[in-house]
Amino acid sequence: MTRLAVPKTYKLYIGGKFPRSESGRVYEIRSHSGEFLANAAQASRKDARDAVVVARGSLGGWAGATPYNRGQVLYRIAELLEGRRAQFVDEIMQSEGVTTAVASAQVDEAIDRWVWYAGWADKYVQVAGNANPVSGPFFNISVPEPTGIVAIVAPQSGGSLLGIVSAIAPALVAGNTVVVVANQSAPLSAISLSEVLATSDVPGGVVNILTGSPAEIAPWLASHADVNAIDLLGAGALDWVDLQIAAADTLKRVLPPENGEDAATPSLERILAFTETKTVWHTKALI
Amino acid sequence: MNFLDYAPAPESQAILNLQSDYGLFIDGEFVAGRGTPFSTINPATEKQIAMIAHANAADVDAAVAAARRAYDGVWSRLSGSDRGKYLFRIARLVQERARELAVAESLDNGKPIKESRDVDVPLVAAWFFYYAGWADKLDHAGAGPNPSSLGVAAQVIPWNFPLLMLAWKIAPALAAGNTVVLKPAETTSLTALLFAEILQQADLPAGVVNIITGAGDTGSLLVNHPDVNKVAFTGSTNVGRAIARSVAGTDKKLTLELGGKAANIVFDDAPIDQAIEGIVNGIFFNQGQVCCAGSRLLVQESIHDDVVDRLKQRLSTLRLGDPLDKNTDIGAINSAAQLERIRTLSDIGEQEGAERWTADCAIPENGFWFAPTIFTNVSTSHRIARDEIFGPVLSVLSFRTPAEAIAKANNTPYGLSAGIWSDKGSRILAVADKLRAGVIWANTFNRFDPASPFGGYKESGYGREGGRHGLAAYLKPANSRPVLTAAAPAPAIETASVVEPAGAPAASPTANATAPAPKPAAGKKAAK
Repeated sequence: MTRLAVPKTYKLYIGGKFPRSESGRVYEIRSHSGEFLANAAQASRKDARDAVVVARGSLGGWAGATPYNRGQVLYRIAELLEGRRAQFVDEIMQSEGVTTAVASAQVDEAIDRWVWYAGWADKYVQVAGNANPVSGPFFNISVPEPTGIVAIVAPQSGGSLLGIVSAIAPALVAGNTVVVVANQSAPLSAISLSEVLATSDVPGGVVNILTGSPAEIAPWLASHADVNAIDLLGAGALDWVDLQIAAADTLKRVLPPENGEDAATPSLERILAFTETKTVWHTKALI
Repeated sequence: MNFLDYAPAPESQAILNLQSDYGLFIDGEFVAGRGTPFSTINPATEKQIAMIAHANAADVDAAVAAARRAYDGVWSRLSGSDRGKYLFRIARLVQERARELAVAESLDNGKPIKESRDVDVPLVAAWFFYYAGWADKLDHAGAGPNPSSLGVAAQVIPWNFPLLMLAWKIAPALAAGNTVVLKPAETTSLTALLFAEILQQADLPAGVVNIITGAGDTGSLLVNHPDVNKVAFTGSTNVGRAIARSVAGTDKKLTLELGGKAANIVFDDAPIDQAIEGIVNGIFFNQGQVCCAGSRLLVQESIHDDVVDRLKQRLSTLRLGDPLDKNTDIGAINSAAQLERIRTLSDIGEQEGAERWTADCAIPENGFWFAPTIFTNVSTSHRIARDEIFGPVLSVLSFRTPAEAIAKANNTPYGLSAGIWSDKGSRILAVADKLRAGVIWANTFNRFDPASPFGGYKESGYGREGGRHGLAAYLKPANSRPVLTAAAPAPAIETASVVEPAGAPAASPTANATAPAPKPAAGKKAAK
């Protein structure tokens, strides 16, 4: 007699907790071959706004953590992902219809990407900041700081785990907090990633993951006055110009959509896209 | 006669050789504009200085086309060292004609000659000199090896520092290898046109810099022109929003330097005499018409009354009057419209319950003037504590703890600048860390330097001007990914695509996966 499996309830990830959508809505997730896999929560405008509130609340702690600490926390995500490789490989195979080798390669790449970005946490300031030789008796230094809350539309095609990791990792390096809308048709990796985050050392509220329709949720995030930046990485198939126009009302920093398999290639530019350069002048005594 | 009564000491206007009519500077020559010309006046006397051409759509097209030709044919092919040499020439010519430029600036803008002579024009020369040296060192600018320029830059600048803002825009753009179409503000075109003469003296290749004058409609035509690759704007947050909306869906790179409502925080251990001078400089420099002006004074409660008394005393010694007089501290407001805005907001300050104090000084009969004004009993919800007044009006608030000072300072949608006054270094650094502003002055205020990046957080805009960071606005990394545009819609999404299993290291760019570059729609139009 075969054992009856216990299916997982896939929920949202907001403020370190796993709520259902306040709207009570779910949508069906089907495998690549069309079989029913799960009912994912279909996040609403209210869920998105709740996520922004907790992202704001956790910003001070995360941005204020030491760079060494942030680097270790991000590295630990890689450690935990490594330990749960099999689960992610399995989910990727089901939802993307790829071979074990291809799914494994995607998980490897995602883990390595966390490691690469983790190492930047205590270095990007040195690379992107500098002392400025001003013409006067002043100590003058420029350093990048996190922009604040970054809303992200995760890639809607391609590797479902690698896509979301490529989008959120660079924003986290500098100390931003994120609200990310997952891959709509293949959200299982995103939700399982939230379980990894919940058991890692990433403080609750630093990463918030919404499943559902990007077309429905993204406009609310683009116009939200307490969101500082929006990464339209996976919004290529949406009315993304309208999202950019909505974001202009609060002068959000915007990254445009990217298509293709090299979308969101790891880069220092991705980290710096969600930073602000602060320049401090201090007088020197005339002695 | 008391110690404040000085004999008039006006700077001579004989050094100026102005024309009665100015055309547009396109493709290296002055040409007539096709719009209706307008007059530029001296805000201190309301007398006309000259007639200025108004660029219409055809003129904007001509200027952008000239910039494109110069980019394709000359400037993008020139070596960095030669670009640098042109910029060095410009810096030297600005120094040589410094007095003339300062007089013209004070005449047209209304700012005191001591500011245009000692701050604006020297910084203009310094800006060109600084970026001249970058032109052949772009590998070190932070965009990786062999970065490329963007193309034609559309630049729209404000009236508060007309020539200085021109330098902030043109110097880094040219150093990075771009060509420029610049539109000065409607009320302050004069020094930009004198600068065009300097470009002729420098023998800068035709079309590398084009200067088109006009009002908001000209600016709008320019930033919306399909053949510009870069838009740089300094001005109000509302116009900045409109520009951000209008470039959405294009691959135009955008930098915005917008409004501010800076907090100037004075702790009880501050060096008080220096702080008073810094507060005065912070809000009354250039009649307060400065985006980074320290317009919200946050004073620790224990020294509030003392600071306010000293401020009133100090303001009573400021001399308001003829901008060309070397003893003038407070010049004219730039325009009737700006004066009206300052008056309206100040009246609202009174109506909302703040206490108004205005320095007792004689106001000249003609021209636009506003005496230095302080509001006390201001609360954070008052409009004079929230809206950018852009005039010589200081709102004073108090605080008890550093945490309260930080909360109040950050309680604004703006984030351009801030000041901290304290003798305790550790406190300054801790407070500076927590302020959400792009430029922070500790025990000083309103300092500018070409080597120092300037720009805002939040709704004060994005991008930096000045320093190495200022080059990033005009460069892109070699082989950078083409930006997706509305003109080139995204390919249909595959439901599940295969990730290549190749074990390329995470940091290396994946080869051969880049989509073909979407060409800007009008790129072909100008390539004759």
